[in-house]
Amino acid sequence: MMEIESKLGGTNMSLQRKAIMALTLATAFVAPTLAMAEGTIKIGTLATLEGPFTVLGQDGMRGVELAIKEHNGMAGGMKIEIVKGSTDASPDSAVKAARKLVEQDGVQLVVGPLSGDEGLAVKDYAKTKPNITFVNGTSGAQDLTLRDPAANYFRFNTDGAQWMAGLGDYAYNVKGYKKVATVAEDYSFPYSQVFGFMAGFCKAGGHVPSKSWVPIGNKDFSSVIAALPDDVDAIYVALGGADASNFLSQYQQAGGKAHLIGGTITVDQTVLGSEGKSKDVVIGTPSAGPVADNNDSPAWAKFAADYKAAFKDGFPAPSLFAHGYYVNTKALLLALDQVKGDVSGDQSKLRDALSKLSFDTPTGKVSLDKNRNAIADIYLSEVAKGADGKLYNKVVKTIPQVNETLGQDEAAFLKLGVANKDNPDCK
Amino acid sequence: MSITDVPAGPNAFDRFFQQLGTGQILLAVALVLYPFLVSPFFAFQIGGQILILGMIALSLMMLAGYGGMVSLAQLTLAGIASYSVAIFGTNSVGLMGFGWPWWIVVPFSILIAALVAVLIGLISVRTSGIYTIMITLAIGTAFFYFATQNHSLFNGFAGYRGIDAPTVFGVYWRDPIPFYYLCLAVAVVAYGLVLYCARSSFGLALQATRDNPRRMRAIGYNVTAVKVFAYFLSGLIAGTAGVLYAWFNGRISPGTISVGEIIGVLVIAVIGGLRHPIGPFLGALVYVLMKTFAIDLIGAERFNTLIGLVFLVIVFISPDGILGLWEKLKPHLAPTSLRSS
Repeated sequence: MMEIESKLGGTNMSLQRKAIMALTLATAFVAPTLAMAEGTIKIGTLATLEGPFTVLGQDGMRGVELAIKEHNGMAGGMKIEIVKGSTDASPDSAVKAARKLVEQDGVQLVVGPLSGDEGLAVKDYAKTKPNITFVNGTSGAQDLTLRDPAANYFRFNTDGAQWMAGLGDYAYNVKGYKKVATVAEDYSFPYSQVFGFMAGFCKAGGHVPSKSWVPIGNKDFSSVIAALPDDVDAIYVALGGADASNFLSQYQQAGGKAHLIGGTITVDQTVLGSEGKSKDVVIGTPSAGPVADNNDSPAWAKFAADYKAAFKDGFPAPSLFAHGYYVNTKALLLALDQVKGDVSGDQSKLRDALSKLSFDTPTGKVSLDKNRNAIADIYLSEVAKGADGKLYNKVVKTIPQVNETLGQDEAAFLKLGVANKDNPDCK
Repeated sequence: MSITDVPAGPNAFDRFFQQLGTGQILLAVALVLYPFLVSPFFAFQIGGQILILGMIALSLMMLAGYGGMVSLAQLTLAGIASYSVAIFGTNSVGLMGFGWPWWIVVPFSILIAALVAVLIGLISVRTSGIYTIMITLAIGTAFFYFATQNHSLFNGFAGYRGIDAPTVFGVYWRDPIPFYYLCLAVAVVAYGLVLYCARSSFGLALQATRDNPRRMRAIGYNVTAVKVFAYFLSGLIAGTAGVLYAWFNGRISPGTISVGEIIGVLVIAVIGGLRHPIGPFLGALVYVLMKTFAIDLIGAERFNTLIGLVFLVIVFISPDGILGLWEKLKPHLAPTSLRSS
C-alpha cells in the first residue's frame, strides 16, 4: 500500500506537499502543552458531561463557574484557568480523564469527580501523583476518605452516609414506617446512602426485608417493581437523574401505592424540576441531604439568587451538585488566596491551608476531619408544592455538624464494616 | 499489501526485505522513535491505547474481513482476559486475587479468552450476516450486565482495581516507554499473524468460506471448523490485547466493556477499513485522538456531536473507511510523473 513512497525521486512539488502534510500531522498530534502563562493556575475539572448523569455533571460545572466568578477569576493573585474533563460515571472514564488533565493539559489542581466509584478510582490515581492536589466534586462514597485515604485528596462535601443523618430515625418515629424496602443503584454511592439510612432506621427498630439493586442507566424497572414485597410501609429509593424519573413513573404506572423515602439525589432538583406526572407522587416524600431548597438562611438565598442570575438554563434552584462543586472549588480558591497562589513543589503549603480551612458556605460552616472529609450541616426535608406549583424540598429539621462517623466513636463505626449490598442488614 | 506474500523457505527474509517499500521503513522508524519524540502522556495514554484498541479491532477485522463474521463480542473477550488477570493475578480490592506469577497469569488469561471465543464461535457460526451481529451483541451485553451485577466473581460496578504490570528484566512494564514498546511489539506480532494467516491455506479457506460456504462444504472442507478456528485466533488476539488493557488501565470494571465501548470497537474497525489489517490501527488512531481531544476543540457541551460527525464524514466520503480514503488520495499524492499510471 505504500509503494509510492519507494519512488520518492519525484518532483520537488510533491515532496514539498508531503513534507507539509507530514509536518501538519506531526504538529496536530504531538503539539506539546504550551508553556503556562506567568501568573496562571490551571485547574482541571472532572464531571459527568456524558452518560446517564449528564444533567448532574452540567450543574456541577455551574457550581465551579459560580465559585470562580465570585472570585473574579482570580485566586492568590493568580489568574484561574479551567480545563474541563468529561466522564460518563464509570471509574475507568474518570481515571482516563484525570490522566489527560494532569499529564497532558498540565493542570496543577483537580476538582472532581462527581460520582461514587469515580471518586474511589481517582483517589487511587491521586496516590500516584503526590505533587497534584485533588479536591472532590460531589463523589459521596464513604471509603473515599474513611478507609485508606489519599494524602492529597480533600473532600469539602459530606459523604453519602452523612447525607442520610437523621432520616432513618425520622422515617420510623415520625412517619411511622416500620418496614421499608430499598431500591438503589448498584454501586458505591447508593451503598453509602442505604448504609446511612439503615444505620438510623434499624437502630430505631425498623426492618428492611428486601433490597433491590439495579444497574446505573437501567430503563426497565418492571421486574424490580414486581419483586417489591406488598406489605412494606414505604420504599426507600436511592436512584439518580434519569434512573429516578424512570423508576418513579413506572412505579406509578404499575399502580404502586407505598409511600416513598428519598435518597439524597432521588428528589433533588433534577427530578423535582422535570416535567411530567411522576413528580406528583413524590409530594410528602422525606429525604435528607447537604442542601435544601427553602433553606431560609441569607447565605443560601444569596447563593440561589446568584445561581439563577448566572445561569438562565439552570435548574429552578441549585442542585446539590452545583452546591458540592461550588463548595469544593471555593475551598480551593480560599486556600490559594491564603498561600498567595503558591502551588510549587509538592504543594504542601496549599495542603496545610486546605486541611485547616474552615469557612462559611451557603449551607453553614464546613471544616475537615483528620481524613480530610467534611464536617457540615445536613438538612432533613420533605417534598412540598410551592405557591407557584413547583416542587421543592421543605426543610423539616437541620442536623448540625455531622461528621463522617455519624457522631459515633470511630473504632465502633469502622467495625460496622464496609458499606455494600449486603451490609448492613436488618430483616 | 506488498508484504503479504511471504513464502516459507531460506529466502523468506531476503524476499521480505526486498518487498519493503520506503514507506514501510519510514513508518517502522517513526513507530520506534515515536515515544522519544513525544510526552509520556502521548506515548502511554495515546500510543498504548491506540495499539490496544487497534488489536481488539484487528481481531474483529480478521473475522469480518476474511470470514464475513461481524462479531461484536471481541471487546468482551478482551474484558474476560482483563478480568482473568485481576482474578488470578493480584488486585487491591480484597476479592479473589490469587497472586499467580505473571508468566502463568498472562498465557492463562489469553487462553481463557480464546476458549470463550471458541464457545462464542460455536454458538454464532450457525448464523450469518445481521444475525451474527445480533447474537454476538447479545453475548457482549449479557456479559456486561452479568459483570455489573455479579459481586462474588466480578465485584459489580466497581470491578477490580490495583492491577499492576510485572517488572521483568529490571524493567517496569507500565512505565510509559516500555509499555508503548510492549504494545507495539505485540501489535506487530498480531498484525503479522493476521497477514500471514490471510495468505495461509487456512486463511484462503476462510475467505472461500465467506464467499461460498456451500461450495466449500462440497469440496470437503469442514466449514464450521474453519470458522471456529478463526474465532479461536481472534480470541488469542483480543485476549492478548485484554491483558495489556488491564495493565494500561490498572483496573477493570464493566464500564470498560459496556455496550457503548463495544460499538466503539465496531466504529474503529469500520472507520479504519475492513480490507487490510492496518485499517483497525488507523481507525484506532482517529478514534483515540477524537475521544481524547474533541473536548478541547469544541468545549464540553457538544464534543460528542463532533466525534459522531467526524466518523460520519469518514464513512460518508469513503464507505471503505480510512483505508479507502487512502486509496483515493494515493493517486493525488504520487509524484506527478507517475500520476497517469
